[in-house]
Amino acid sequence: MAHSTATTVTGKSVWDGGTSPMGASYGKLMMWFFLLSDAFTFSGLLITYGLVRSSHQAYEGLVSTFTFSTEYWPVPEKVFEAVPFLHGYELPLVFVGIMTFILIMSSVTMVLAVEAGHRMDRKAVEKWMLWTIIGGVTFLSCQAWEWTHFIVGTGVPTMKDVFNTETGLWEQIPILGANLHVNQYGPQPFADFFFFITGFHGFHVFSGVMLNFLIYYNTVTGVYERRGHYEMVEKVGLYWHFVDLVWVFVFTFFYLV
Amino acid sequence: MAHHAHEPQVTVLPPDKAKIKKLWTVALYLLLITIVEFIIAFSVPHEYKQLRVWVFVALTIVKAGYIVGEFMHLRYEVKVLFWSILIPIIFIVWMLVAFVYEGIKMPVFQ
Repeated sequence: MAHSTATTVTGKSVWDGGTSPMGASYGKLMMWFFLLSDAFTFSGLLITYGLVRSSHQAYEGLVSTFTFSTEYWPVPEKVFEAVPFLHGYELPLVFVGIMTFILIMSSVTMVLAVEAGHRMDRKAVEKWMLWTIIGGVTFLSCQAWEWTHFIVGTGVPTMKDVFNTETGLWEQIPILGANLHVNQYGPQPFADFFFFITGFHGFHVFSGVMLNFLIYYNTVTGVYERRGHYEMVEKVGLYWHFVDLVWVFVFTFFYLV
Repeated sequence: MAHHAHEPQVTVLPPDKAKIKKLWTVALYLLLITIVEFIIAFSVPHEYKQLRVWVFVALTIVKAGYIVGEFMHLRYEVKVLFWSILIPIIFIVWMLVAFVYEGIKMPVFQ
């Protein structure tokens, strides 16, 4: 188990060897620095989103009369307003709110697993790890639905100018849904960033679920009990909380602002 | 049940009630802040864009503080570790300022 305070030998600096100056094991420390580097990666993505967004035309009119156009950046709450089984209702950001709730709850169950690990309570670690895995899988399922809805599209198609190489004339074609070539909801980069940012985060969640499952498996088979500590739960817990942390930022900068 | 000789003797400690209660309280704060964000998103008109953005950013930083400080336990770590993680964040802040400034100066895409 990691010490929460560094031990100081009288008259000797903690940096003179024989002790952990940062009061954390090698593995835990490296997890922290990995997460710091990962924070830079996500910041790169989100900040580029900010750069591209601020260099595009903003929507100037009233939000109530907003329609999709490739001329200006869309109002996010008008894009993400669908909820499964409630087709046709305008429920802006409700589904994203549910996803946020799921991820925060799975973070709580993770930290409860860590707490149980400190007490060597195998049964409790198993229980809370299982809840965390369920939370992660639920979040991924929600994301799969959201992506499908985003890709397929709904409502009135957006018209896009396309150059016809056969006739040599500009034509208007209707666009429904979005991918990396066309985008119903606004300028092309909006769809591109949606796929890259939520996709990169989703892949982190997927990796987290895999790691959580590994921890769960090792707990059930008694690996950590034989080892005498549950520090692995703590390390993977750090990763899992980080995934929640990133979502908090994605939620604000992609969906709210 | 057969007891194997190589199985270690494990002493399970009772749950730390105060600690668990605190974790649930933090979770409640996170959910309440998210609800406040929702209320602002639908009650403050879009004309107050600057105000909305700054309030959202501030609330997000508060949420991030709770997650990193309490859930990831960074608040209770040794000061050297705490600052080793926090100080490099300055570069992210700089990246944000520099890139959004560039974005505003850039010609508008069509």
